[in-house]
Amino acid sequence: MTSIPPSTTHGAEPLLRVRHLSTRFRNRDGEVTAVDDISFELAAGEVLGLVGESGCGKSMTGYSLIDLVDPPGYVAGGSVRLNGRELRGLPAKAWRALRGDRIAMIFQDPMLTLNPVLRIDTQMVEAVLAHRRISRAEAQTRALDALERVGIPAAAERLRSYPHQLSGGMRQRVAIAIALLNQPDLIIADEPTTALDVTIQAQILYEMQTLCREAGTGLIWITHDLSVVAGLADRVCVMYAGRIVEQGSTAQVLERPAHPYTRGLLDATPAAALARGHHRGEPLRQIPGSAPPLSALPAGCAFRPRCPRANESCLQVPPRVETADGQEALCWHPLSPGEALPEASTAIGVQS
Amino acid sequence: MTLFLLRRLLQTAQVLFIMSLLVFVGVYAVGNPLDMLVDPQATAADTARVAAALGLDQPLWVQYWRFLGNALQGDLGNSFLHGTPALQLIVQRLPATLELAVSALLIAVLLGIPLGLWAGLRPDSFGGRTIMAGSILGFSLPTFWVGLMLIMVFSVHLGWLPSGGRGPTREFLGLEWSLLAPGGWRYLLLPALNLALFKLALVIRLTQSGTREALLQDYVRFARAKGLPPHRVVGVHVLKNIMIPVVTVVGLEFGTLIAFSVVTESIFAWPGIGKLLLDSINQLDRPVVVAYLLLIVFIYTLISLVVDLLYAALDPRVRLAGGQTA
Repeated sequence: MTSIPPSTTHGAEPLLRVRHLSTRFRNRDGEVTAVDDISFELAAGEVLGLVGESGCGKSMTGYSLIDLVDPPGYVAGGSVRLNGRELRGLPAKAWRALRGDRIAMIFQDPMLTLNPVLRIDTQMVEAVLAHRRISRAEAQTRALDALERVGIPAAAERLRSYPHQLSGGMRQRVAIAIALLNQPDLIIADEPTTALDVTIQAQILYEMQTLCREAGTGLIWITHDLSVVAGLADRVCVMYAGRIVEQGSTAQVLERPAHPYTRGLLDATPAAALARGHHRGEPLRQIPGSAPPLSALPAGCAFRPRCPRANESCLQVPPRVETADGQEALCWHPLSPGEALPEASTAIGVQS
Repeated sequence: MTLFLLRRLLQTAQVLFIMSLLVFVGVYAVGNPLDMLVDPQATAADTARVAAALGLDQPLWVQYWRFLGNALQGDLGNSFLHGTPALQLIVQRLPATLELAVSALLIAVLLGIPLGLWAGLRPDSFGGRTIMAGSILGFSLPTFWVGLMLIMVFSVHLGWLPSGGRGPTREFLGLEWSLLAPGGWRYLLLPALNLALFKLALVIRLTQSGTREALLQDYVRFARAKGLPPHRVVGVHVLKNIMIPVVTVVGLEFGTLIAFSVVTESIFAWPGIGKLLLDSINQLDRPVVVAYLLLIVFIYTLISLVVDLLYAALDPRVRLAGGQTA
């Protein structure tokens, strides 16, 4: 538990350093832990993929980093440092100054993130003016630049449109342009391409990657789609039931997964399964059961009931094990490189 | 846009026609106005003369046909009672009602939206709960009872405000206004408050639920993620969205304020059209009743037209039919 996660930047303080961050929800029956003691780091210009099933706490992690956790949720503990500055415990005013300026966030559904009754320019200019003492005209110019940077044709005209006059892909580009407006140090993208069709998704992924590389912006990409992570991220964190169960470089995690959950996810992903010798037409291996609700997490390792390798030791909270340089898993018995899951678990599929 | 207006005008004409027919038959069914107008001791010849003079000796369909012919030329008939044109009688009293209705609406909106916002932003606070509980009272207490209580407390016990009548007025643009006369507001305040109470409760509840709903929307979260100050998030992003339902409902309710000021006007002896209607129904003064209801229908359709136009101005997704589609 006390081992410090591997850092990609040796010695110097990374762009973002998260330590033992926990977010909880109070409700009638007591408390529920949505984000449980997570630690990770992100260097400038780096892309971190945050992967997990819905309800595993990945979005809540994003909200916790930008202080947008709605009551009755609250960040219960840990440390978030941006460029060496501790953000936890900052007053609301300081957070407001950071949000949209140093840390930006993009949401999943572009149909819902833009205010339907305000014009695009209104929504962009206000984002600039919230952080810069410049004239409206200058802010307008900035907005225009940002729209052009994300590849929106006829940007000047689009600026005077209302959101409903734009397609879903366009709207998400606008949202991305808004996130880029003040050249933030960190962008948290919460499944921003999930609601878009595949060609648009590929374009936006590529553009975001390029824009962040060029500007040295750190990018946290929250997604449930491992194939997106494979093409985009430098590092990957796999979340399960509020915990980061495995993290490492993208190559390490996707090619030599150490945690049985990661392995299970990969076995259930068509492209990844094919790459590891799965034959076309064979049923994919599924992870048996479903993710437990946060209010009824099993004690010890939360993945225990679904794990083919579980035994009595898994009743205790697993340790953080460094399985390779820069790769670690939260598991009592991590897989060695290339090791497959035992066949004991059921492979559910179409029986011929 | 022109097409839209034309279509609305045509619809209004249809509604007016159907309305006039219904009211005509309805008032005919209530009783014979001659019983009210003619002295019971009068001879049959006298009664017949009055009936002939008022056209009441004709069969109903002939009476309606005549009315319709005159109405198309802008003449809604003379009051049986006063002998003056019914429309003129109403128009004379309309400003008093309008002033009362507008004051009530202003009270409802200017108090209701801030209170509703407050309650929506802090639904679990003591203030929020109190406002919402109060709005239930506003809904459920009968207007006439509240009116009587207001008179009891503020006029009888405290003696702060007059119990009825319109008080002094001042002429402006050819109409009489209470608010412009010194001390006129003292007469207006209680009836306006009485009339506003129900609408106030409505506006509070609409604004509160709209605010709570808007706060959960992604665009509000995104606005906060942009680092906007709370007054901008609430005052622009939330408010502009909840104004759409509020304007719709408040606009339509303005019609009912005018139409149903009857109760308040009779409690506070406010000389408006509501009181005129009650008197006219009692006297079976058909031309006034018909003219009143036609006027109300007309005002109603006019208001809903204004609401539609406002709606289009507030919500960019709404384009009026017949206009260009986005």
